[in-house]
Amino acid sequence: MTLAEPTYPDDLRYHDQHDWARIEGEVATFGITWYAQDSLGEVVFYDPPEAGSTVEKDATYAEVESVKAVSDVIAPLSGEIVEVNEALADAPEKINEDPYGDGWLVKVRLTDPGEAEQLLGAADYVALLG
Amino acid sequence: MTRYTSATPDDRAEMLATIGVDSVDELFEQVPDALRLDRPLALPEGMSEADVYERLTALAARNADAEEQVCFVGAGMYDHYVPAIVDAIAQRSEFLTPYTPYQPEISQGGLQVMFEFQTAMSELTALPVSNAGLYEGPSSVASAGYLAMAATGRRRLVVSRGLHPHSRETLATYAVGYGAEVVEVGLNDGATDADELAQAVDGETAAVFLQSPNFLGAIERVEALGASAREHGALLVVACDPMTLGVLKPPGEQGADIALGEGQPLGNRLDFGGPSFGFFCASEELIRRMPGRIAGETDDVDGRRGFVLALQTREQHIRREKATHNICTAQALNALAAMVHLAWLGREGYRELGELLVRRTAYARERLASVEGIELLHGAPVARELAIRVAAPADRVLERCAERGIAAGYPLGRDYPEHEDGLLVAITERRTKAQIDDLVEAIAESVTLFGYTPNNATEGAAR
Amino acid sequence: MNQQDEAVLTIYERSKPGRRAAVLPDAEVPEAPLEELIPAELLREEPPRLPEVSEPEIVRHYNRLSRRNFDLDTGFYPLGSCTMKHNPRLNERVAALPGHARLHPAQDPKRAQGALELMWLLQESLAEICGLPHVSLQPSAGSHGELAGLLLTRAFHADRGEERTKVLAPDTSHGTNPASVTMAGYKAVKVATNERGGVEMDDLRAKIDEDPGDVACLMLTNPNTLGLFDENIAEIAALIHEAGGTLYYDGANLNAVMGHSRPGDMGFDIVHVNLHKSFSQPHGGGGPGAGPIAVSERIEPFLPRPQVVRREDGNGSGPFFDLDLERPKSIGRLRGFQGNFGVFVRSYAYILSLGADGLAEASETAVLNANYLKACLAAGRAGERLPVAFDRHCMHEFVLSGKPMKKELGLATLDLAKRLLDFGFHPPTVYFPLLVEEALMIEPTETETKESLDAFAEAIERILAEAEEDPEVAKQAPYTTPVRRLDEVKATRKPVVRQPLDG
Repeated sequence: MTLAEPTYPDDLRYHDQHDWARIEGEVATFGITWYAQDSLGEVVFYDPPEAGSTVEKDATYAEVESVKAVSDVIAPLSGEIVEVNEALADAPEKINEDPYGDGWLVKVRLTDPGEAEQLLGAADYVALLG
Repeated sequence: MTRYTSATPDDRAEMLATIGVDSVDELFEQVPDALRLDRPLALPEGMSEADVYERLTALAARNADAEEQVCFVGAGMYDHYVPAIVDAIAQRSEFLTPYTPYQPEISQGGLQVMFEFQTAMSELTALPVSNAGLYEGPSSVASAGYLAMAATGRRRLVVSRGLHPHSRETLATYAVGYGAEVVEVGLNDGATDADELAQAVDGETAAVFLQSPNFLGAIERVEALGASAREHGALLVVACDPMTLGVLKPPGEQGADIALGEGQPLGNRLDFGGPSFGFFCASEELIRRMPGRIAGETDDVDGRRGFVLALQTREQHIRREKATHNICTAQALNALAAMVHLAWLGREGYRELGELLVRRTAYARERLASVEGIELLHGAPVARELAIRVAAPADRVLERCAERGIAAGYPLGRDYPEHEDGLLVAITERRTKAQIDDLVEAIAESVTLFGYTPNNATEGAAR
Repeated sequence: MNQQDEAVLTIYERSKPGRRAAVLPDAEVPEAPLEELIPAELLREEPPRLPEVSEPEIVRHYNRLSRRNFDLDTGFYPLGSCTMKHNPRLNERVAALPGHARLHPAQDPKRAQGALELMWLLQESLAEICGLPHVSLQPSAGSHGELAGLLLTRAFHADRGEERTKVLAPDTSHGTNPASVTMAGYKAVKVATNERGGVEMDDLRAKIDEDPGDVACLMLTNPNTLGLFDENIAEIAALIHEAGGTLYYDGANLNAVMGHSRPGDMGFDIVHVNLHKSFSQPHGGGGPGAGPIAVSERIEPFLPRPQVVRREDGNGSGPFFDLDLERPKSIGRLRGFQGNFGVFVRSYAYILSLGADGLAEASETAVLNANYLKACLAAGRAGERLPVAFDRHCMHEFVLSGKPMKKELGLATLDLAKRLLDFGFHPPTVYFPLLVEEALMIEPTETETKESLDAFAEAIERILAEAEEDPEVAKQAPYTTPVRRLDEVKATRKPVVRQPLDG
């Protein structure tokens, strides 16, 4: 079961490579957008990075796989990974069902919160999708 | 000339009209004139089927095959009896002529065969995961090196000198490409030197490679030798002989992470070295790093049981530069042949065959060792192949035996200079006691004729 | 249990303890207990759980399974870039001659002259067809040939004291190309395609100019995976050679140009040939094949070892064919022994059968058949719904885009492919090359009759017409195959890759 309708919550910031960030102070949660999971199809495997490793804005930090495709997951912001969503190992389909909630990928302590200004708001991201 | 096309002049005219051109030449206009071949290919004109058959028969007649010479040569490929049903099944159009099962709905036959084959190889090696096959034995070893580097992030590969020379050479060739450092560990009385191995393995080692039985026929103590690999977090890769796994403890029960090897003895002819197949089995943790096709079981929309190519995201057609391997076309028909052969041997027959090989090899070994001028190269236990040293130039011994209609063995001196005049003798179920007795007699006679006497000793030493 | 369910039992599920097919010879030698011959700790305790069935059961089982396969001998199989041409049965007959089939690879060369001469003659034939003088038959498949070509490139540059890190390949390249690049220790760099369907020359120049001394090789196929001949090939070759790199030809599409144009003449240094494509080796459900390589003079020193050579025998008894191991600059071995000889026999028989004239005719007819089918499709509903991606004459294959079909009828290329199964055709290659949206790559080959092509075009027409009425029909297809659409998600999430056999 997946989210049937495209959804782009207003409280998130978006990266043009189809990733979102929920910023709460110094810590942000990352994931992929409705568009990304819809393009990929049913997710069968998520290979998470290790907690403690660093991520760099605009760089790939993980991969998400469907049956016939692999997608690079891009970090919207830079920082250090403090938590990884372990539940996805057994239930990667959460990425399709709830991409902004249970389908979160990593939590990151930001090293440069100012980078958030380069991200898009929901309306601008939707406009990008055209 | 023979043609397999059907287009008559009328067909061509109709087709050209539909396309809207006057000649096929117009379709080739996209090829620049300078690159159009302005002469016929410098090859003979085509021949009729009957003439091609004569030509090929004439070529085949100039080969001394195993029907002409009793074959005691092994070295990875063996003159086993392949039952007739293997040909009957492998020659069926439905198995012979399709391609890779990209459309699973109409490839259930091939996919189920892969699944059954994977099950069989997993049983033989006692490791849970098998792929549907690679090209052959030596390149499978090289593929294991590539996997080990990706899995561990390390670059050092420690390889026993007991591995088939072709495996070691192929690994060295691939290693130049994928950037591995290959270190060889020597043998001691036919088996891998345990101390040397322990010293060679360290925290930078991605994998340790053993072969059992090794190239000199010796059964290796894999579990004990593998300890240093485990200790340092390196993978243990064991190349093995698929005809001996009915009687020998399989790699999966001796701590191996990967078991692989040359599959030819199962269902495949000698064919002057190919096509055959390589088998490749591994522990569960390595499944996502496996090279090659893997068939998996699932259901269809109506709940019917079916099979598909599983975990395709490992493969080149999806993962491209990050694929676990570049393999596309493998050796599916040869794996089918292996499966049919294994089904024909069956659980009891496979074990019995292994026992028969061990007993006849023991007999051959004992008889050869009892001859003056023949000594065993090592004292390690053997299964179906044994190494001797003759007190005469090995090439002259082989030549003399060949004149007597016997291909007596594989000369070791070229690959193992330390075993000058060494010979590797292989036993299959086709090698009868009488043939073994003839072999012993023929070698004994050759040693007598060409043996190193006090006069000949200098000649031998000068070689 | 009905026929349908019965068929899917595995050979293990059919097994009954005590059943067997094989009768083995008597040992004839003393039957000592194994523990006396081999230490007990090295012996296996429980035999592997192989099937236990009689011979009739084996035959029936695999025969039934075979009928759950679609195959080329039965019907049209237009997989793009796979060249599914007819597999002549003469070739099977000659491959089975004992002089070939029962010859040990380590037989003394003087007792394997027929085999070595055959290999040498095949080498010479491929050299002539490719326009490059030196051939190695060792690689076992196209991918293996690609790896060989890249390792040859590496050796070539190293020999000149150069270290280069990049290999360029178009975005339309087959997945094996970049995969081979990584295995050979290089970095894969993509080159764009222009609106004509060829290499985007500005992008190529830019990628080279970034650092010409770092470009090791450019990998191409010509015609490319769009079925189009790149008119700029001479300039492309010049650019790469000027930068000091090698030019590699993926021979998957050789079927378009045999006897008409030669990759060696186009400027390629290294070519691999797929014997299971242009040279009629049966595909076997996924192999065996072979991927021999033909190389230019400057690459020759690095060829794999052993190399089949012809030596003029000194004492006048004629030429001697040998395995040359003295190759100081060789990249070494790529595999055991000397290659897939059984495949060489079949391909050589094919080349002898067709000859110079037949090979040229095969390519010509392949190009004719492809253009005819393309025209038939364009004249029907496919002209609107499945337009050709690049509107010009194709060579031996062409690519259609299902983008309009998806937008207007809600039908994906996948659905069209599945519905074709109900019409008794193997679908073309789908979703490749990646460059074309909803791609459908069609290669009919020269051995199809005109009627076969007409029937395929007719089927596409009917499926599109049907979709205009009700796209659901195709979306739920196939209906008449041994199984319907399979749950690939389940297969990948929880892989079951062997029969459990426990309990």
